[in-house]
Amino acid sequence: MIWNPNKECMSRDEMSALQGKRLHKIVEYVYHNVPFYRHKLQEMDLTPDDIRTIDDIVKLPFTTKKDLRDNYPFGLQAAPQSQIIRIHASSGTTGNPTIVGYTRKDIGVWSECMARCLTAYGVGKEDIFSVAYGYGLFTGGLGAHNGVEMVGASVVPASTGNTEKHARLIRDLGITGIACTPSYALYLAETMEKMGITKDQIKLRVGAFGAEPWTEKMREEIQERLGLKGFNIYGLSEVMGPSVSYECQEQHGSHINEDHFYPEIINPVTLEPLPKGQSGELVFTTLTKEGMPVIRYRTRDLCSLMAGECSCGRTSVRMTPITGRSDDMLIIRGINVFPSQVESVVLSMKEFAPRYLLVVDRINNLDTLQVQVELRQEYFTATFDTPAAIDELQKKLAAKLKSVLSIGVKVQLKAPNSIERSQGKSVRVIDNRNLK
Amino acid sequence: MTVKQLSIFLENRSGTLTKVLDIMKETGVRIIASSIADTAEYGLFRIICSDPQKAFEALSDAGVAVALSDVFAIELNRPGQVADSIKYFSDAELSIIYMYSFLFHGRGILIFRTDNAEGAAEVIRRENLKVVAVSELTDCE
Repeated sequence: MIWNPNKECMSRDEMSALQGKRLHKIVEYVYHNVPFYRHKLQEMDLTPDDIRTIDDIVKLPFTTKKDLRDNYPFGLQAAPQSQIIRIHASSGTTGNPTIVGYTRKDIGVWSECMARCLTAYGVGKEDIFSVAYGYGLFTGGLGAHNGVEMVGASVVPASTGNTEKHARLIRDLGITGIACTPSYALYLAETMEKMGITKDQIKLRVGAFGAEPWTEKMREEIQERLGLKGFNIYGLSEVMGPSVSYECQEQHGSHINEDHFYPEIINPVTLEPLPKGQSGELVFTTLTKEGMPVIRYRTRDLCSLMAGECSCGRTSVRMTPITGRSDDMLIIRGINVFPSQVESVVLSMKEFAPRYLLVVDRINNLDTLQVQVELRQEYFTATFDTPAAIDELQKKLAAKLKSVLSIGVKVQLKAPNSIERSQGKSVRVIDNRNLK
Repeated sequence: MTVKQLSIFLENRSGTLTKVLDIMKETGVRIIASSIADTAEYGLFRIICSDPQKAFEALSDAGVAVALSDVFAIELNRPGQVADSIKYFSDAELSIIYMYSFLFHGRGILIFRTDNAEGAAEVIRRENLKVVAVSELTDCE
């Protein structure tokens, strides 16, 4: 089933024409409403009239996560506050979250994009669908929620946590679809097994999994243990949230909602655009967004775009699974974590040396983050001659890290000079999750 | 009235204790008493020694997380005396944070830290408890 065949199955020529028209409009809009973009275009001696077709996009400047951070909180917002009806926030690189405001129209577009995803997965009015992404500042929960309502299925806003209760509801209500991170799906399967809930007692048939990288092996395992078909969903809050792209029943790449989000692949070093089929950094331009449009936003996700029509009937361009990042961002339980965030917290406490190590593991299918820090010798005074005092210091750091990273962190204190130094670029992250 | 104690942060990892003891050995400073407060992730190694300042400097120079803290040392020799002595502190609403004891040439020595050093000193004076100085503990024979 296809939610909006007019757009999802548009001919390539029509799509290019639509994208060109929308690009001109959005550039004009940000030129007049966002000083950041106006200055950038003026520096490059560009006016909105220089952008007429979608191919003109290569003339435009890039936007980075740093730009969003430097313009915290509302610097890149184009719509007046009175038009903004919702604000989400995601983690930034050094403590400042990224703030994204949505107008009523944005929420409508987002819901439709999400409805397109769900329809491609085979979700319809008869389904009972639970959303087990976190509800809150994270775009996953509410983003998926609106789409489920739009297709007319019964939405169960399960959110994360309280997994046993959720498992019981899946069995008792006959829930047929679920959206969550792939690692949470495995955790849920494990919880059900522990509770004695078997596959034949549940009616799950569709899973929308995303917000963190996953492998074909994980897909097979989730499908086997929960008895459903698992589909990829991709998105990022800077562009919209979940629903930027989605798999269809063919499961051969994820279709991009390219009438709203125009994708490019660039060489992350030279910033040159790369042709279809070549792997590089994914870049998005929001073609219709009012609240906070972004022009050529560098996602740092590495993948390639696939040419050719899909046998599902959709003509939209597809992206391959994400193979990595062009920066050092980690995705832990669906939350973006930058080592620099940890660094800023560690540096803010004089008791610790400016050296740290992040150890990421996946234990019982849940990601864990351990931060190892060195005590600074000169601050190890008589005050710390009891475990109670040391534990308090440890807790203080853990609490600060939690408030900045939005995930729980286990802090391990190390003796001075015990974290290994390496030549050149220091190793700050050990990721034991084996996602390749 | 107090004696200097070394408090050393040790990771729970093979070899960390040896490193500290080797440094102590190098200095020639004599360890008179020690205890380890162990937790799941680390230990706090507490040492009473013949020359705490010298040992502190050697350990610091070697990059060890070490602190010098002031603890009380009193002599107790008769059965029941520990109970009586600690009661003086609890009656004065003072808490013992940690303590350990050892025998030195037949003398029972109790090392402890309280949550209020001034209050503890006052109790010791008032109750006439027998305070021990490090100089009394350096005689090896």
